[in-house]
Amino acid sequence: MEFSRRDTLALGLGAMALTMLPFRAHAATDDAIAAFTGGADIAEGGVTLTAPEIAENGNTVPISVAAEGASAIMVLATGNPTPGVATFNFGELAGAHSASTRIRLAGTQDVVAIAKMADGSFAKASSTVKVTIGGCGG
Amino acid sequence: MAEGVKPRVKAPKSAAAGEVVVLKTLISHQMESGQRKDKAGNKIPRSIINRFTCEFNGKSVIDVTMESAISTNPYFEFEATIPETGDLKFTWYDDDGSVYEETKSVKVG
Amino acid sequence: MNFKPMTAIAALLLSVPTFAAADADDDVLIVNGETELVTKAPAPAHLDGALDEVMSGWHFRADETQALEMDDFDNPGMLAVEAAAEVWNTVDGSEGKSCASCHDGVEQSMKGVRAVYPKWNDAAQQVRTMEAQINDCRENRMGAKAWKYDGGDITDMVALISLQSRGMPVNVAIDGPVQATWEQGKELYYARTGQLDLSCANCHEQNYGNMIRADHLSQGQTNGFPAYRLKNAKLNSVHARFKGCVRDTRAETYKPGSPEFVALELYVASRGNGLSVAAPSVRN
Repeated sequence: MEFSRRDTLALGLGAMALTMLPFRAHAATDDAIAAFTGGADIAEGGVTLTAPEIAENGNTVPISVAAEGASAIMVLATGNPTPGVATFNFGELAGAHSASTRIRLAGTQDVVAIAKMADGSFAKASSTVKVTIGGCGG
Repeated sequence: MAEGVKPRVKAPKSAAAGEVVVLKTLISHQMESGQRKDKAGNKIPRSIINRFTCEFNGKSVIDVTMESAISTNPYFEFEATIPETGDLKFTWYDDDGSVYEETKSVKVG
Repeated sequence: MNFKPMTAIAALLLSVPTFAAADADDDVLIVNGETELVTKAPAPAHLDGALDEVMSGWHFRADETQALEMDDFDNPGMLAVEAAAEVWNTVDGSEGKSCASCHDGVEQSMKGVRAVYPKWNDAAQQVRTMEAQINDCRENRMGAKAWKYDGGDITDMVALISLQSRGMPVNVAIDGPVQATWEQGKELYYARTGQLDLSCANCHEQNYGNMIRADHLSQGQTNGFPAYRLKNAKLNSVHARFKGCVRDTRAETYKPGSPEFVALELYVASRGNGLSVAAPSVRN
């Protein structure tokens, strides 16, 4: 078999895109986190993120977040083309500082939840969700 | 207004004073992400609900900023404290400027 | 040899099905905390030697997906049912009629209907699916335009009608006037199609419970259809699923509403005789 110059170039570009994508995603995630926290330190723990280990379809993945005493919780999908998912701001009549929703994940990736506590500190939790593709459901 | 948008809310009709109740909401909406292309290869512009709020008698329960990673037919489940008899007001804000509202009365006592 | 055919061949090799074991679960499907549905039943007599037990596709899904079908509020398919309930009462066509004009309330008039469809229509001398019957009503009684056979309008209406039979056992007739159509459906079920040379039976009779790549194969039962799929976030009809399956064998597919798919629908429905109607279901 022969690779033409053009094929080789295309392959190279593809490989480059593959290696660059995670960096791009991380940069966007970092930006979103910085915008939310103002660059403050983030503690691990104090916030719960519930997500399936394996999602049957990335189009509808159920997740829940909870952080006692949080004023807001931001959820990010670090491997999506744009990482933003939702920010839950809890009001004075919130019965619990928790919420559930259904989200889209473009592929296997880490989902991150960052809670802003009443005292202005921040806490973080993350969970890896495997998104299955293939067979007849993909 | 986006076509066929219809909110559904599940809330109790009555509660004890100060009781914490579970609320569920589901609204029919395509939530076009802005990432998809049509058959001609052109990007389909983003068209989503970008904010959802729930208030009880004018006081905030939850205020959610939504991005395009929220699934088609957005679903939320959360909890509210019901201090007195009154109305839960649910509001969804569409990219196209449309606002969808639903109200549920809760009786205390 | 140039590059493109090589990648095509590589892709083909990668996607040849490989099977791995992962059985159906033993969970119990109770809807809204009150209605228990029959999701496993002794196989009907005509499946003697092929299957001992028939199982709803619900058993082959992950817990998170299963949960969506256990509560009508959580089930996004119910949005479509509600939309169809409005259409039921909406006048359409030259005769000034809605569905309700002839059938009154859908809850009473359509109870049990889904459980016995597809069924023989004496006047038309043919087996009719619910879609065919709905379009017959629209064209000949309402003077309205027929809906696209596997379009959203008709699939939502089928779901509304099917819901009225939820919990009742599927019980389609396989003999008498429908027998020839049923035999044709059976033949299609066991006929291999496409470049992958697969029949319905290869996956759904011989390998249910196994994984085909990342997908957990079910018995391909239709008792839960129309099904809300997480993949496309809408209700999917039986024929749309057939089309997807046949396409996945890399064959030219029959058309939704074609005599072949009608026959196949009757045969596949009969393989689920005894299971509860569970529409609208939720699948991946």
